[in-house]
Amino acid sequence: MTELLPFLKKLISAPGLSGYEAPIRSLIKEEWEPLTDELSTSRLGSLHALHKGTGKEPKNSILLAAHMDAIGLMVTRVVQGFLYVTSIGGVDPRVLPGQLVTVHGREDLPGLVVPTPPKLLPAKYQSSPIPMEHILVDTGLLPEEVSQLVRTGDLVSFAQEPIETAGDTLSGHSLDNRASVAALTICLQELQYRPHLWDVWAVATVQEEVTLGGAHTSGFQLKPTIAVAIDVTFGSSPGSPEHRTFPLGEGLALGWGPNIHPKLHASFKDLAQKLEIPYQLEVMPANSGTDAVALQVAAGGAPAMVISIPLRYMHTPVEMVSLKDVTRTGRLLAEFITRLDDDFVKKLAWEETE
Amino acid sequence: MHKDMRMTKKITSAQVKLLEKLCNASAVTGDEGEVRRIVLDEVRGYFRSHKVNGEVTVDPLGNVLVTRPGIAAGKRLRVMIAAHMDEIGFMITNDDGKGFYRFENVGGIDVRQLPGKPVLIGKDKIPGVIGAKPIHLTKREELNTIISQETLRIDIGPGGSGVKVGDRAAFATKFFRQGNVLRAKSLDNRLGVSILIELLKGDYPGIDLLAAFTVQEEVGGRGAVAAAFTFDPDLAFALDSTPAYDMPFAEQEDDPQVENIYYNTRLGAGPAIYITDAGTLSDPRLVRFLAETAEANHIPFQFRQPGGGGTDAGAIHRQKTGIPTVSVSVPSRYQHSAASIGRVSDWQNTFALLDAALNRITPDLLNIERD
Repeated sequence: MTELLPFLKKLISAPGLSGYEAPIRSLIKEEWEPLTDELSTSRLGSLHALHKGTGKEPKNSILLAAHMDAIGLMVTRVVQGFLYVTSIGGVDPRVLPGQLVTVHGREDLPGLVVPTPPKLLPAKYQSSPIPMEHILVDTGLLPEEVSQLVRTGDLVSFAQEPIETAGDTLSGHSLDNRASVAALTICLQELQYRPHLWDVWAVATVQEEVTLGGAHTSGFQLKPTIAVAIDVTFGSSPGSPEHRTFPLGEGLALGWGPNIHPKLHASFKDLAQKLEIPYQLEVMPANSGTDAVALQVAAGGAPAMVISIPLRYMHTPVEMVSLKDVTRTGRLLAEFITRLDDDFVKKLAWEETE
Repeated sequence: MHKDMRMTKKITSAQVKLLEKLCNASAVTGDEGEVRRIVLDEVRGYFRSHKVNGEVTVDPLGNVLVTRPGIAAGKRLRVMIAAHMDEIGFMITNDDGKGFYRFENVGGIDVRQLPGKPVLIGKDKIPGVIGAKPIHLTKREELNTIISQETLRIDIGPGGSGVKVGDRAAFATKFFRQGNVLRAKSLDNRLGVSILIELLKGDYPGIDLLAAFTVQEEVGGRGAVAAAFTFDPDLAFALDSTPAYDMPFAEQEDDPQVENIYYNTRLGAGPAIYITDAGTLSDPRLVRFLAETAEANHIPFQFRQPGGGGTDAGAIHRQKTGIPTVSVSVPSRYQHSAASIGRVSDWQNTFALLDAALNRITPDLLNIERD
């Protein structure tokens, strides 16, 4: 990775809908290859990269999971050259009209998401949102061309170009969770020059937006000593409740709740304080909604942690993230890893068992 | 050039480049300067390099008025063609000091088209986005209501500066062309503007061509009022872009195969000739003349379904003692949103039709009594 901004732009410009992550996987693979010792792809398609620690065998390991899959659309039927679609992952149909997309048919086709014009809709939709069943994708091609090139089940990715916004922020689609993939890459870069005892598994997981299938299976396969999910959280923005959101550019969020091991949380918090990396507490009273849900229980369970990067307008094609927060996240992870020693596991023991 | 040769002329890459430049320019109603500059450069440049004896002026409203006189002796027909330069967009109405801006729409925009769109603000084209609350924080019942204009903000990023209340913002969509498909913002009406520029490069000896690149069409044809008064033409064409709703008809949800009878126009069917819209009853002589011209030259054309909507014709036909007027439009889908879709062939055929019309038109047309 040369620079964060162009790299992140490249990451969000690669398709990789949940269940079909190959394009983004190969891009990440290329980037991680020189930064890691071993690379492999799991049976579900997650990318496993090992950066070996220098400790004695049997070595402890930390798994850092950033999901690489993105939300999008899928063709359900083709009618008169227009594509009807359903969503892959959580998509609010109200943000769909007017979005630029790429239709991954027999070849990649530029498309535009459009509502059925109000004139052609039943009266009840004249002043209500256009539901998914009346949203179409138009490639501009003739019906006979479309029927040759597109069929039911074809994927549709968002194609809005990245936009550089003020305050060192980037706006675009799929920053959830490619921003975290970038943070993980920064961490791997830092580790090139920093000795560490533990093995580090950098994992770009699949299918987080839908089934957490990647995290479940990678957690099982790699059996890490501890696991950290790196994901995005809600950035403060108009209309979003203040108490559930975090300002952009003012630090990362450290998760707290039943998905998270309290002592792991405390270790990250102490380290962030020590390094003067700004952070905020993110309470996750039940479900963190991240890969940590799966990593926590996989293969008999592992102490898990969630580190989040604030992001505005999540699951829209104009998500916005602060590059500073991405860098901070990568740095905190690397600093944490270099401090892991053989005694660290003991620190995680539940008090009642001491 | 023989007119038959003109008809077969393909759209050139220079014309596509010019359309790209026109579509990517920001010219929200009242702030048409960027498109005006392109038009002036293009027309003046051509007149200069080809030693055309034409007159180019900018009137008090910002209309670009170009006269290209014919060379035939005697009284020549004064033919006005109007194409509006302005586009729908936004005006910044409030700055909260944190990088979030309230805005109002300029021109007819369905609020449902706004969430999740990038925009460019002001002359410096400061990038911003219109965000939306994450679906994760949206209650189920909220999904059944439109995201209201009051809740939307343009966000330029934390700590951003350079945006002032009163600045215009335009959709940021970039022009894209692949084969016969055009995808861009403001195809309404940069398609018309580009055709009018090309027409000014043609030789029409028998007429005085009066080209009006108008302002403020999207808020009611204001530029056209002044332009028609100034030109005082014998007749006028409003050259615009009209919606094509040639899509699956959903009104009968239990029977989606029912025929779409509200298509307005269809992509690929050629220039759309107006018989009537909400603002104009086209001069029937001009309607017949355009249809006959198309047929005689084997140019595909369609009649726009009579109904609502409007063009500069609504303003032009009522100026002075009355000006026989007709509208002709390039069809395009999804106008007044972040991106519309059109076809190169419709653009080309609309140019071909007007070109043929200007070659063919004579004062005799107006000697026929109006229906």
